[in-house]
Amino acid sequence: MAERERRLTRPFGGVFVARTQVMDADDLRRATWRMAHEIIEANGGVDEVVLIGLQTGGVPLAERLQEALLEIEGVDVPVGKLDVAFHRDDIGLRPVLPEAVTDVPFHLDGAVVVLVDDVLFTGRTIRAALDAITSFGRPRAIQLAVMVDRGHRELPIRPDYVGKNLPTRKDEAVDVHDDGVDLGEVVK
Amino acid sequence: MTDLLSISDLERGDIERLLDLTDHFAEVSARPIPKVPALRGKTVVSLFYEDSTRTRLSFETAAKRLSADTMNFSVSTSSVKKGESLRDTAQTIEAMGIDCVVVRHKSSGVPWQLTRWVDAAVVNAGDGWHEHPTQALLDCYTIRQQRGSLDGMHIAIVGDVKHSRVARSDIWAFTKLGATVTVVAPPTLLPPAIGTYPVRVSHDIDSVLPTVDAVYLLRMQRERMTEALLPSLREYTATYGLTRERARLLPDDALVMHPGPINRGVEVDPDVADEVRSVIIDQVRNGVSVRMAVLFLLLGSGSELLPPEVAVPEAV
Repeated sequence: MAERERRLTRPFGGVFVARTQVMDADDLRRATWRMAHEIIEANGGVDEVVLIGLQTGGVPLAERLQEALLEIEGVDVPVGKLDVAFHRDDIGLRPVLPEAVTDVPFHLDGAVVVLVDDVLFTGRTIRAALDAITSFGRPRAIQLAVMVDRGHRELPIRPDYVGKNLPTRKDEAVDVHDDGVDLGEVVK
Repeated sequence: MTDLLSISDLERGDIERLLDLTDHFAEVSARPIPKVPALRGKTVVSLFYEDSTRTRLSFETAAKRLSADTMNFSVSTSSVKKGESLRDTAQTIEAMGIDCVVVRHKSSGVPWQLTRWVDAAVVNAGDGWHEHPTQALLDCYTIRQQRGSLDGMHIAIVGDVKHSRVARSDIWAFTKLGATVTVVAPPTLLPPAIGTYPVRVSHDIDSVLPTVDAVYLLRMQRERMTEALLPSLREYTATYGLTRERARLLPDDALVMHPGPINRGVEVDPDVADEVRSVIIDQVRNGVSVRMAVLFLLLGSGSELLPPEVAVPEAV
């Protein structure tokens, strides 16, 4: 979760305090490259693939996957941004950030959509994203790529591409940023 | 924010955040299926004691795109005909379980009065000569879309300012967002207290037009012209209408705006209304997005979605 998003989420004004670094910048890069390879392998190329980063944490990750896919396959995969706030079942628990607008400037009919997010936790964001995607068309398939799967799912959702499986306690917090991944707590 | 009654009691920051949020709903409106489940289970009722096409349809479209249920109340087919009071009508509707009342009434202050009688959120869709806040918000959004910001802009509001709630809301909104406003009208169509508004006053449209970034034409409200305020509409067009000749006085990039419905040939020449720099159709389109933002703020867990700079958070 991006810092600004956290500040606006309950408990308001909570600050993330890192306890351990679980991935560094190199680990992130390697995981991204591996996931890019997996996406190519699973789909037999990326001609039909589009990436959609979930606002806000998934967007930079989707862009890095796009760079990797371009270098590996030489295909410039379209990248969209999706804000799922209006589709959440816990609407009101997360803020609607003015700058985090949805931007899906391409058709999804028949495409293979790879949803990209930083952390997979309860699965509720992904459920909302699946709902949101339907208002843009009917993709041939929807897949899910996350940098960290921290468990504690509340819905029958599983990722197709995972950077790292990270067992956590429910009250812990995971922070994915440009220089790595930290495990810690949100304190007030 | 629990109700939207007027622009004059909003802060600049409130207006800006609402306009920022509108971007989200403009995006929703542009989707192949322009509907999100954000207000599922909420009921919005429009209580219109005055005629309206675009405002009512716009609110209804906005509510439906957010998946709210809508109820329509029109005076001509209701118990108001049997003499039911506004208070009884409001409380009757509320007893059916509603979350928001969108009200238009010929008397100023009715929306405010309603907030004392019902718990539902109240949105002013025009009250008498007082205010029409969502119109002003969509006007600001349209200008921002074209220019990025209203700061430092010079906007002329031309026409029947006296009877216009749009003009009052716009004056507050434009000036709060940093624009300079000049009202241009014959003295009979200016409110007596125009001196208390943060505007310049002119009676000569030809001298004002070359200096503006946008010209906002008000509708000549024939239904309110009970007194003899003008010799004739034709004379008004000759002295204050945006004719083709007059439109040439405007800077090339000046915006032409109108709240609708247009009296073509009265306040604006038909060709000018359809010109490229006319953003009249954008105003209508943006109206839906702005009203979605308003309904969402008031009903979609409301203030909790505003950054804490506005809503002071409670510890959980």
